[in-house]
Amino acid sequence: MHLHKYEKVWLVFGLASLVLFLLIIGFAAFWKGTHPQSHIETIDPQNVEANEAFQPDHLGLTEVADGKYVVNIVASAFNYDFGKEEDGTATKTIRVPKGSTVLFQVTSKDVVHGFQVAGTNVNMMVEPGHISRFESVMKNGGEFTVVCNEYCGIGHHLMFGTVEVY
Amino acid sequence: MELFNFTKKESRLYMAFMYVTFISLLVGGLMGLLQTLVRSGKYTLPFNIDYYTILTTHGVILGLVLTTFFIVGFQFSLMGKTVGISDKQLKWGWISFWVMLVGTVLSAWMILTGEASVLYTFYTPLRAHPIFYIGLTLVIVGSWIAAFTNFRQLYVWKKAHKGEKSPLLAFMVVINMIMWFVATLGVAYSVIVLILPWSLGYVATVNVLLTRTLFWYFGHPLVYFWLLPAYMAWYAIIPKIIGGKLFSDSLARLAFILLLMFSIPVGFHHQLTEPGIDPTWKFIQVVLTFMVVIPSLMTAFSLFATFEITGRRKGYKSLFGWFKKLPWKDVRFLAPFVGMAAFIPGGAGGIINASHQVNSLVHNTIWITGHFHLTVATTVILTFFGIAYWLIPHLTGRRLTPRLNKLGIIQTFIWTIGMTIMSTSMHIQGLIGGPRRSAFSEYAGGDQVSTWISYQMWQAVGGTILFIGILLMFYIFIQLAFFAPRGYEEYPIAEEELDAEKTPKILENWYLWIGITVALILFAYTIPMIDIIKHSPPGSIPFDWPIGRS
Ligand code: HEM
Ligand SMILES: [Cu+2]
Ligand SMILES: [Cu+2]
Repeated sequence: MHLHKYEKVWLVFGLASLVLFLLIIGFAAFWKGTHPQSHIETIDPQNVEANEAFQPDHLGLTEVADGKYVVNIVASAFNYDFGKEEDGTATKTIRVPKGSTVLFQVTSKDVVHGFQVAGTNVNMMVEPGHISRFESVMKNGGEFTVVCNEYCGIGHHLMFGTVEVY
Repeated sequence: MELFNFTKKESRLYMAFMYVTFISLLVGGLMGLLQTLVRSGKYTLPFNIDYYTILTTHGVILGLVLTTFFIVGFQFSLMGKTVGISDKQLKWGWISFWVMLVGTVLSAWMILTGEASVLYTFYTPLRAHPIFYIGLTLVIVGSWIAAFTNFRQLYVWKKAHKGEKSPLLAFMVVINMIMWFVATLGVAYSVIVLILPWSLGYVATVNVLLTRTLFWYFGHPLVYFWLLPAYMAWYAIIPKIIGGKLFSDSLARLAFILLLMFSIPVGFHHQLTEPGIDPTWKFIQVVLTFMVVIPSLMTAFSLFATFEITGRRKGYKSLFGWFKKLPWKDVRFLAPFVGMAAFIPGGAGGIINASHQVNSLVHNTIWITGHFHLTVATTVILTFFGIAYWLIPHLTGRRLTPRLNKLGIIQTFIWTIGMTIMSTSMHIQGLIGGPRRSAFSEYAGGDQVSTWISYQMWQAVGGTILFIGILLMFYIFIQLAFFAPRGYEEYPIAEEELDAEKTPKILENWYLWIGITVALILFAYTIPMIDIIKHSPPGSIPFDWPIGRS
C-alpha cells in the first residue's frame, strides 16, 4: 500500500508522541506508583460491620500518627456515614489540618456510589462488596464538598458531606 | 462503480428508520432542554416528574434509540446502493425494524411510568422493571438481524462478483456490524443471563462488578458504532460532495480494520477508579485505548488531503487558497465539516479521560458530559444531519431546495453556538468538581457549589439554543420527507482516481482481522475476568426503592 511522503512524516510524528505519552503514564504508574485506586479487597455488603474499619465506633476521622489520618466511611442511599459527634449527632464535616495525609476508606451497604472530594484528586467509585481506598495529602486549605458522583437513585444529588482543611 | 437504484419498497424501509430517528431527536431533545432548565435551579418539573426519569429518557432515546435507528437505516441504504438488496433481505430488514421498534416501545413505557429510572447504563444493584431489560434486549436483537442481513448482502454480491474487491462502503458497513455484534455479546450476556433472572426474582443476588465490566466491554465500542458511520461519510461521501475523488481506498479500509481491532479490548478505561480491578490490567487497556490514535491520524490526513487535492484541481495555488474553494454554502458539506472540527477538542478531551491517573480528576464529573456532547452530539450528530440533507430527499424523490439548504446552514450555526456554550461550561464545571447525572442541588452550600451553579445557568442558555436547533432540524426533516418539490437528489458516493493503486487482497481477509480482534479481546479480558469471578464478594440483592419503585 502506498503512503504519501507527508503522510509518513505525519504518522511517524504522531506515533512518536504516542509512545512518549505512554512512557510518561507508564513511568508514573509503575515507578512512582500512582495507579488509580484498585485494592481488590472484598467485603459483605450486607454485613459491613464484619470488617473492623466499618464498625460504627470506627467510622469517621482517626489520627493514626502525627499528621496522618484515616477516615472510614459507609456510603448508603443517600448518605455518607462519617460516624457520630461526642453529643451523639451524626458527623457531617471532617476536619483535618493543612498538610496532613489522609487515607479515605469507603464501602457501600447497598448500591453503587461515588466519593469525590471536589477540588482535589480524591475521586473513587464505591461499589457494594468492595473497599475503596485513596490516600491524599491535603495541601490546600478551605472547605471542600464531598459529592456522590455516581448515580445511586433519586436522592443522588442529596448525598454529600464536607471536608474542612484548616 | 455500479450503483443500484432504489425501488419504492426499498426506500420505504430506509425511511422507516429515519422517522424513528427524527421523532427520537425531538423527544430526546426536549428532555435535554428540561434537564438544563432544572439544573439552572430556576425551574421545577411539573406533575411530580422526577429528574432522573427524564435523564433516563434522554440517555436511552438519544444515546441508544436515535443512534441505532439512524445507523441501521443508513447502513441498509449504503448496502442497497452498493451491493443491492433482495426481496428476502428486504423482508429481514423489516423484521429487524419491527423488533427494534417493539423493544423501544416496551422500554419507553417502563421509563415513562417511572419503573426504570436507572439511566441508560442501568447499573445493578438498582433494579428496573424486567420489561425494561427485555425491551433493550429486543433493540439489540433487532440490530443483530440487521447485521446478519448486511453480512448476507455482501456474501451474495461476492459470489456474483468472483475475484472483485467489495465496494468500499459495503466493506465499511460490514466492519461496523462485526464490531457491533462482538461488542453487544457482552451486554446481551449480562442482561439475559445475569440481570433478567435476578430482576425477575429467580436468582437472589448479582455480581455487580461483573455486570459493570460486561457493560463497559460493550459501552466503549458503542461509541465507535456511532462514529464509524460518520467516518464512512467523511471518507467516501464528502469527497464526492466537494467534487473530488476518494483519497485512498486501501487507507480507508486499513483505518476501519484498525478501528475494529482497537475498539473493544479497552472497556477498563471507563473503570479506572473502580476498586475491584487489577491496576496492571487497567494500564494495559489504557495502552490499547491509545492505539486508536493511529487510525484517527490516518483519517485526519486523508480528509485534509482530499480537501487540498480537490481545491488545487479547481485551480487554487497558494498554500491555503484551496481552503476557500470548499463548498461552504452547501450544508451537505458544512454540517459534517463542523462535526470534524468539533472532533479536535473532543478527541483531545478523550485523551485526558483515558489517561491512567489524570482520569481521577474528571471521572464522573460533568466534564465527561461536556466531552460526549462534543463527540457524539456534535461530531456524529452533525454528520448524520449532513447525511440526512441528501438521503431523505433521495429516498422520498424530492429535492433539497436552496431555501432548505439555507435553513440547514442556519441550523448548523445554531447547533455550533448552543453546543459551544453548553459544552464549554460543562467542561469547566467538571474541572472544578461539579458532578454529572445530578439534579439541582445546593449540596453543603459552600463557595464551591455556588461557582458550579453559575455554570449550570450557562448550560441552560446553551441548552435552549440547542433545542431551537432541534426544532429547526425537525422542521427541515418534515419538509424533506413530505413537502419539498419533487425531483431527484443525488446519492453521493466518491469514485476512485483512475490511476489509483490496487487495494491489497489481504485487506479483505475477514478470517485474519476477526481472528486478531478476538485474540486481542481474549488477551485483554480473560485474566481480569477470571480474577473478577475468583475474587468476587458476596453478591448484591436487588434495590427498588432508591429509584422510586415501591
Ligand atoms: C438539545 C440538545 C441537548 C441538550 C440540551 C442536552 C443536555 C444534556 C444534559 C444537561 C445532560 C446531563 C445531565 C446530567 O448529567 O444530569 C445530558 C446527558 C446526556 N446526553 Fe444530552 N443534550 C442534548 C443533546 C444530546 C444528543 C443529540 C445526544 C446523543 C446523540 C445526547 C446524549 C446524551 C447522553 C447519552 C447523556 C448521558 C445520560 C446519562 O448520563 O445517563 N444529548 N444531556
Ligand atoms: Cu450515592
Ligand atoms: Cu449518587
